[in-house]
Amino acid sequence: MGKPETIVDKIWKKHEVHKEEGRPDLLYIDLHLVHEVTSPQAFEGLRINNRKVRRPDLTYATMDHNVPTKNRDVIKDQVAQNQMETLKKNCEDNGIKLADMYHPDQGIVHVIGPQLGLTQPGKTIVCGDSHTSTHGAFGALAFGIGTSEVEHVLATQTIWQERPKTMQVKVEGDLGPGVTAKDLILAIISKFGVRFGTGYVLEYTGEAVRNLSMEGRMTVCNMSIEAGARAGLISPDETTVEFLKGKEYVPEGEAFDELAEEWLQLATDHDAVYDKTVTINAEEIEPQVSWGTNPGMCVPVNGTTPDLNEVDYREDVERALEYMGLEQNQPITSIEIDHVFIGSCTNSRLSDLQKAAAIVKGKQVKSGVRAIVVPGSFSIKLQAEKEGLDTIFKDAGFEWREAGCSMCLAMNDDVVPIGGRCASTSNRNFEGRQGNGARTHLVSPEMAAAAAIEGHFVDVRKYAELVG
Amino acid sequence: MEAINTHKGLVYPLNRTNIDTDQIIPKQFLKRIERTGFGQFLFYHWRFDDDGNKRSDFSLNNAEYQGASILLAGENFGCGSSREHAPWALADYGFRVIIAPSFADIFYNNSLKNGIIPIKIAESELDEWMKAAEDSQLVLDVNLENQSITDGNGKEIHFDIPEYHKEKLLNGWDDIDLTLHQEAKISAYEAAR
Repeated sequence: MGKPETIVDKIWKKHEVHKEEGRPDLLYIDLHLVHEVTSPQAFEGLRINNRKVRRPDLTYATMDHNVPTKNRDVIKDQVAQNQMETLKKNCEDNGIKLADMYHPDQGIVHVIGPQLGLTQPGKTIVCGDSHTSTHGAFGALAFGIGTSEVEHVLATQTIWQERPKTMQVKVEGDLGPGVTAKDLILAIISKFGVRFGTGYVLEYTGEAVRNLSMEGRMTVCNMSIEAGARAGLISPDETTVEFLKGKEYVPEGEAFDELAEEWLQLATDHDAVYDKTVTINAEEIEPQVSWGTNPGMCVPVNGTTPDLNEVDYREDVERALEYMGLEQNQPITSIEIDHVFIGSCTNSRLSDLQKAAAIVKGKQVKSGVRAIVVPGSFSIKLQAEKEGLDTIFKDAGFEWREAGCSMCLAMNDDVVPIGGRCASTSNRNFEGRQGNGARTHLVSPEMAAAAAIEGHFVDVRKYAELVG
Repeated sequence: MEAINTHKGLVYPLNRTNIDTDQIIPKQFLKRIERTGFGQFLFYHWRFDDDGNKRSDFSLNNAEYQGASILLAGENFGCGSSREHAPWALADYGFRVIIAPSFADIFYNNSLKNGIIPIKIAESELDEWMKAAEDSQLVLDVNLENQSITDGNGKEIHFDIPEYHKEKLLNGWDDIDLTLHQEAKISAYEAAR
């Protein structure tokens, strides 16, 4: 036996193409996911320099950020339309597979990668999108890159990377009933801050993490970037293997068994040493609601907004409260909302929709609240419809949409108006994120569903008979 | 990429922490397929009100900061989205140097690829210049080769930057060109899989 290694050590070693003292390593990339917003300038750069896409077979594209979710055929914004057409042309010219707006595999890039089995343990995965950390749920080393790096990966299938430090985020105990993966990651970011992960790859460990479904693990890893981390991952186990079995891009039969064995070997060794470890107790975590303008500004639903005399960076907190139209020491349950968004690469998967539907079933969205559900992919939408979830949502007064990023960043028509207040299952509550002047509160799908019914935040454990 | 070594310029102090890339360039401006022309949208909703008029409460609009090319900011500058439109907007507006106690990883890398020098300086050291620039005009002189910043009043701060980043900025090297020198190794790696 050699020296005990973390999963990051093991993946890194297998992907080093070139190494030189005092410089970043040149890493090989196994999967490059592409979408319409951050790629056009990269393809243009290749054209100008007369370069080709080195490995179209390791590249996969979809349209998600801009796509309309109401009526696919109505794109009012010509600039957005042009961006999508540009992606189509770039994919055709370079032989890259594209799941366009009408394709059965279309969806949010971080939802379809796992769904198709393109995402696998041990792979290096990049995409011109910061939420690429989502794929770390499978024990892949996955991180977001800028457009110059997209161009670099298209041209060379490699990327220069400084070896990141590793941090174990150890979650002790298990989550209580009605407390979700979303609450776990919000609580982690709230406890340790929005920059505690800078320079690190986070590995989530512990009983609560092991007990999460793959969908829950994706929610956790998805928001690693909100902690500043380069990437976040979870060592593969039987849950990982089971999820990937039978997926379109995963081999079958004996080849699968061999692969599964390899995947399990990737898990961090028992005595491996991390550069740092932080610990959080899952038993103490309650359903979370963000009150401010970054994802670290979160409190339990039964808490209040901060007391200005008890905070660091008082001016920033004051500005956040002002933007959010809230007072200090205000009870979270007193905050009334007028929009609800269930969707995004954080929380738009089938189980998210199932759990939200269980809350709203037989109830009515509060008068004056506009609530929309945007499935993460076309395939999730179909499956949800098979189960009758669309009917549950529509009967309760929700709008049922086509797949896309939608109101998470409001690049399409799904915008929260100025001064509007949204309970959102997405990942960022930055100023103006869901629309200029819009106010975002990050919550789990269950909490968003309950807020839609009540018109203000409530402790979803009140609905315990449904979520237990 | 254009090479950069020394830069002397007017400072704009933006004393806020966790300035995210959604603030640097809001999403409605990400639909264009060009790399240029994003400067007009920089800090859009901080600079302009809902009718598109300049806000009087955002100091980048003030006469004394026109022509600023060095940005001072708080911790964790550039957090959030990976959009390279953020450094494109900053560079297009005229910023060549950004000084902050810390940067988000992706933003830091994106800046380096666009000829912007991101400089990390401890908050305690930055404070004095932040206040000076808030009170009146401050000009700083940045020397990448020597890794120093001076203020004309005798104050000089030395900063750290990884040697390979410095080398690339000083020479204006294109990453892809450098990597293609390793073509044989990439091919060998692919063949061995």
